[in-house]
Amino acid sequence: MSLIEITEVRKSFGANEVLKGINLDVQPGEVIAIIGKSGSGKSTLLRCINGLETISGGSISVAGAQLADDEVHLKALRLKVGMIFQQFNLFPHLTAGGNVMLSQMVVKKTGKAEAEVMARKMLDRVGLGHKFDAYPDQLSGGQQQRVAIARALAMQPIALLCDEITSALDPELVSEVLAVVRELAAEGMTLLMVTHEMKFARDVCSRVVFMHQGRVHEIGPPEDVFAHPQTPELRQFLGMTGHA
Amino acid sequence: MIEFTTWDILRNLLLAARWTVLLSLVSFIGGGLLGLALLFARISPRRWLSKAIGYYIELFQGTPLLMQMFLAFFGLGLFGVDVPAWLAAGMALILWSAAFLTEIWRGCVESIARGQWEASASLGMGRLQQMRYVILPQALKIAIPPTVGFSVQVVKGTALTSIIGFVELSKAGTVVTNATFQPFTVYGFVALIYFALCWPLSKSSQILERKLNVAHRNH
Amino acid sequence: MKYHLDFSWLPQYAPDILKGVMITLELIAVGGVLGILLGIFCAWARALGPRWLKAPVGLYVELIRNTPFLIQLFFIFFGLPSIGVQMGELTAANLAMVINLGAYGCEIIRAGIQATPKGQFEAGRSLAMSPVETFRHVVLVPSLQRIWPALSSQVVIVMLGSSVVSQIATQDLTFAANFIQSRTFRAFEAYIVSTVIYLVLAVIVRQVMTLVGRALFPRRTAA
Repeated sequence: MSLIEITEVRKSFGANEVLKGINLDVQPGEVIAIIGKSGSGKSTLLRCINGLETISGGSISVAGAQLADDEVHLKALRLKVGMIFQQFNLFPHLTAGGNVMLSQMVVKKTGKAEAEVMARKMLDRVGLGHKFDAYPDQLSGGQQQRVAIARALAMQPIALLCDEITSALDPELVSEVLAVVRELAAEGMTLLMVTHEMKFARDVCSRVVFMHQGRVHEIGPPEDVFAHPQTPELRQFLGMTGHA
Repeated sequence: MIEFTTWDILRNLLLAARWTVLLSLVSFIGGGLLGLALLFARISPRRWLSKAIGYYIELFQGTPLLMQMFLAFFGLGLFGVDVPAWLAAGMALILWSAAFLTEIWRGCVESIARGQWEASASLGMGRLQQMRYVILPQALKIAIPPTVGFSVQVVKGTALTSIIGFVELSKAGTVVTNATFQPFTVYGFVALIYFALCWPLSKSSQILERKLNVAHRNH
Repeated sequence: MKYHLDFSWLPQYAPDILKGVMITLELIAVGGVLGILLGIFCAWARALGPRWLKAPVGLYVELIRNTPFLIQLFFIFFGLPSIGVQMGELTAANLAMVINLGAYGCEIIRAGIQATPKGQFEAGRSLAMSPVETFRHVVLVPSLQRIWPALSSQVVIVMLGSSVVSQIATQDLTFAANFIQSRTFRAFEAYIVSTVIYLVLAVIVRQVMTLVGRALFPRRTAA
């Protein structure tokens, strides 16, 4: 059975249909890169999987948890998939440690001591154990994004959604974040990432999804997708980004 | 006729000012509690609820406080009881303050970036948890200066209760004027006492605001 | 509760209400125009004016903003005659509103002036305009445009606040309501009617301010 099952998902904003029937099955341990032009619907798809957008049609399930529009179902789903955002979205009023501890204590009702142990472990894992007491505005963008990853990992999700997580970073900070993701992939974490880092997608991902005008236009292993694009749209897209 | 010294005038006014302070406190605290409840309703995802509170706010912000007091006074009177002025005054001021505070606080909550809602949602928090642990702690900080600023409006608003017969600082001013025939001195003092109550609040609101802006710039 | 709302008095007293509405509108028209002009002057004085002017204007603004309008009104109408300054109730009401809006308007407009990019002043000066000319021709209009919504809200607040001028027997809308309730003993109904009218007036005043804004700032350029 697939870990994530996306079936005929449609999503409209008003009269504008941005997802026109998406089908995608993700196996446990797969690392999937979603590429495409802006406006192709790739971020919307990711946000739908986490229930941040309601879908207009179709269905999404993650390890048996169905996406539905009520808080109970949403919570069950979100406990299984974590999400990392382009703008980090750390809680500015909490320290790095506090950020990682909060949802464990509030959502999972984990005790404070236990949550702290987990927080330290996760911050260590992203190489920021020494920044436990730092506030977000004392951290670089790359460090903030790594704290955000630790925060999601602390909830022990079975899959992570990464929405352009390096797009807001200065170029010199991109690699430290990608290194963390690469490690997660190596450890077998299921990853779905919208990204512009084509080299990273080629090196790390098991499959690449090219989205175009709200549809999955091409899909396949990176060696195929990058080396032998089947459609003119993908060829043009890869040409634009300089990775033909 | 009894002779009033300046001290007599001032003493009488200061004694009455206690009621202004008390009524201000009751109105501000009562309005704050009601306002907090209305805030949750105003930002509720339930459209009809949010809209209803929106109309409430528009009604109280779009009509004179004096009218609201008259309506409270005579409206309560319809229930057949003899309504004491303090009750009508307090009720009108609480309802009025709540409307303004709700609107001020809604602005603060809405100024919190959408990403904060999304991040906390993606971590599995429910709506109340998001409010309690993520949104309110941040909104509270930016809400303090305008809230303190609004307290000045409350103190000044209590002056209108004199018109429906509640004896506080303004009413005392009229009474003392009628006894002394010294309106210039009396109303001058009344104004100064109000100023002494309000100015520290205004000033601290400004200082808090400036501090907050400086803190923001350091991000 | 056995109370039946009764509005049968309404046709008979409609002329009184209309007269009150006209006075209230007159008050806010005069108070609005002169108050904004006073506010512009005070804002200029506090933001860019000579040092000797800053302190007295600041004192005026703080005094008005930290005392109730009712007391300002009483001071003008009852207090000033004892030092020889006498005026009718309508004049007193007008004056109080101008002074009140002038102070609030000052702070709102000042915020608009202070948000002016420094380059605007420098550009004006580099074109050999005097500081006052620079203010008048370069700074003022974009500044007003920036804060026009806030200023419009303040005008509405002052209009609603004007209901207390009935306390010095100015025959405004509230005065009409008081008069009607004393005649008909239908206090609740009289105040419901006047409250609804105030609500409508608030919408109208806001609309007028929006139209004036559109006329003053035809191009939506300056941020």
